[in-house]
Amino acid sequence: MKTPIVEVRNISKYFGSVIALNGVSMDLYPSEVMCLLGDNGAGKSTLIKILSGVHRPDEGVYLVEGKEVHFNSPRDALDLGIATVYQDLAMIPLMSVTRNFFLGSELTVGRGLLRRFDVKRAQRIVREELGKMGIDIRDPHQPVGTLSGGERQSVAIARAVYFGAKVLILDEPTSALGVKQAGTVLRYVAQARARGIAVILITHNPHHAYPIGDRFTILKRGRTLGTYTKAELSREEMIRMMSGGEELEKLEEELRAFGDQAARGLANAFHEEELSEWA
Amino acid sequence: MMTAYWGNRRWQHVALDLLRRSMVLLVLIALAYYFDAKTGRFLQERNLRNVAQQNVHILIVTVGMTLVMLSGGIDLSVGSIAALAGAVSAGLIVNEGLGFWPSVVVTLGVGFGLGLVNGGLVVWGRLPPFVATLSMMGVARGLTLLYTENKPISIAKVKAYTFWRRGSFDLPLLGQTPAPVVVALVVVVLVMVLMRYTRYGLHVYAVGGGEETARLAGVPVDRVKLLTYALSGMLAALAGILLTARVYSAQPRNGVGLELEAIAAAVLGGVSLFGGVGSVLGAMIGGLLIGVLANGMNLMRVESYQQEMIKGVVLAAAVMVDMYTKRFERRD
Repeated sequence: MKTPIVEVRNISKYFGSVIALNGVSMDLYPSEVMCLLGDNGAGKSTLIKILSGVHRPDEGVYLVEGKEVHFNSPRDALDLGIATVYQDLAMIPLMSVTRNFFLGSELTVGRGLLRRFDVKRAQRIVREELGKMGIDIRDPHQPVGTLSGGERQSVAIARAVYFGAKVLILDEPTSALGVKQAGTVLRYVAQARARGIAVILITHNPHHAYPIGDRFTILKRGRTLGTYTKAELSREEMIRMMSGGEELEKLEEELRAFGDQAARGLANAFHEEELSEWA
Repeated sequence: MMTAYWGNRRWQHVALDLLRRSMVLLVLIALAYYFDAKTGRFLQERNLRNVAQQNVHILIVTVGMTLVMLSGGIDLSVGSIAALAGAVSAGLIVNEGLGFWPSVVVTLGVGFGLGLVNGGLVVWGRLPPFVATLSMMGVARGLTLLYTENKPISIAKVKAYTFWRRGSFDLPLLGQTPAPVVVALVVVVLVMVLMRYTRYGLHVYAVGGGEETARLAGVPVDRVKLLTYALSGMLAALAGILLTARVYSAQPRNGVGLELEAIAAAVLGGVSLFGGVGSVLGAMIGGLLIGVLANGMNLMRVESYQQEMIKGVVLAAAVMVDMYTKRFERRD
């Protein structure tokens, strides 16, 4: 069997007395999209922060291509090809597209005291790389703050791909986007997968997760409820698990026990409202 | 044709941006001509040289302040560090018999070191920059008083100091340029190059524009901050040496309020108090505007307390105009 490109075994992480992760295991192979699902506070962010070198796990092992690793900073993870695109922290809005693209990995020319940022080459590369993904940046000089949310995410993905990411972690890339822009971003995710990159996608939106995902890992209160392939999990089951469907049903039952018809109607309305939000 | 040109949003944007950026410069030029018309001698070479010489130490401190502010911090200790540096350099020569250049090197080292302490307090001590540098402001001032025993150290007889007060270089284009002004020019050009073309410069803007984002992208945020405060401390020390040269002695009370003048100059020049926005060149124009205003009002014999009021009003008005035009821009 192939070695997973990234694997965690029985990872735990505590913040003071709070157990953020409790014995979580997950593996990831090249050319697949793994969707990480779960409610707020389920431990998704903690898990990706461990994967990307921001946090160190308190217990458990972290393997990259079969070898155990201990990251001290995001730089260490980046050097092994694990790139993360954070929802709000992907880019610095005040800086130009080019400068953002090469942030932390600046292209330089010259040596010693004469070493300087190679603006011309950087601009050419940015234009080419974004062109490859079908993003047309009018002016690589323009501040990232003037781009739309979808464009920003796309530039961040293009950046990760250009710098040789083998694993691409996307933290809610579509959550702040409109339908059309979310579609664009998901297309880039599919492109990245076609290039052999392993993608971890975090999302609250089952309609974004289901079409693109190959496997689905569901987290709840710091534990995994398991990893399922698409064949094992129907869209309806996934939606139920993501939305805490069991709890909603329990709530409904409790309310029914009171025999209060009005309250039951309310619970239904609540459920429907949530469903309509996804559409 | 013209309408098509101006109808294009991008060009409108560029033109507006240019206008906003050069607003302070335009005000500076207008003010210079106004003072010249009123006094008849503002634009004379002798007076211009005077203005430049009077403001050299403020401009140099402002360069360091701009770096710190661009990185999202503030440095309140520059005035005290300048005073301490002046005292140390004068003391080393007068009391310890050290040569001029060795004393300069040691003094700049002291400034760099104190700046590093500022940076350390911010990076590892996790103090807000305001608090860290406010503490350093007190400590450095106290050290100055301790070292000088609250008495000025005269350097009137030190030859090398005389040159850096009254000497001049014959530069192409500028002609006979006072030596301290040449020092300031070299500093400004070096730091502008540093900010525009090096990774460090890029990283300063990145840290000020989004510290967490920069960290996650692999920018060595801590190192950038340490170096930035250290540079500010070193430039403050340089300003302290020049200030000592200008007033013939190291005064323990030199440079009181210098930090506020530098912040005012930087803000006037478009440097954001929240980091990530602004330029060294802009801050220099802001510093010159304050200097020109002070000199012009002196020539017009405006009372000093009125001068302070006018400076305050100008600062508030300039920042308001800047904010208004920025908002206007965003709406576009």
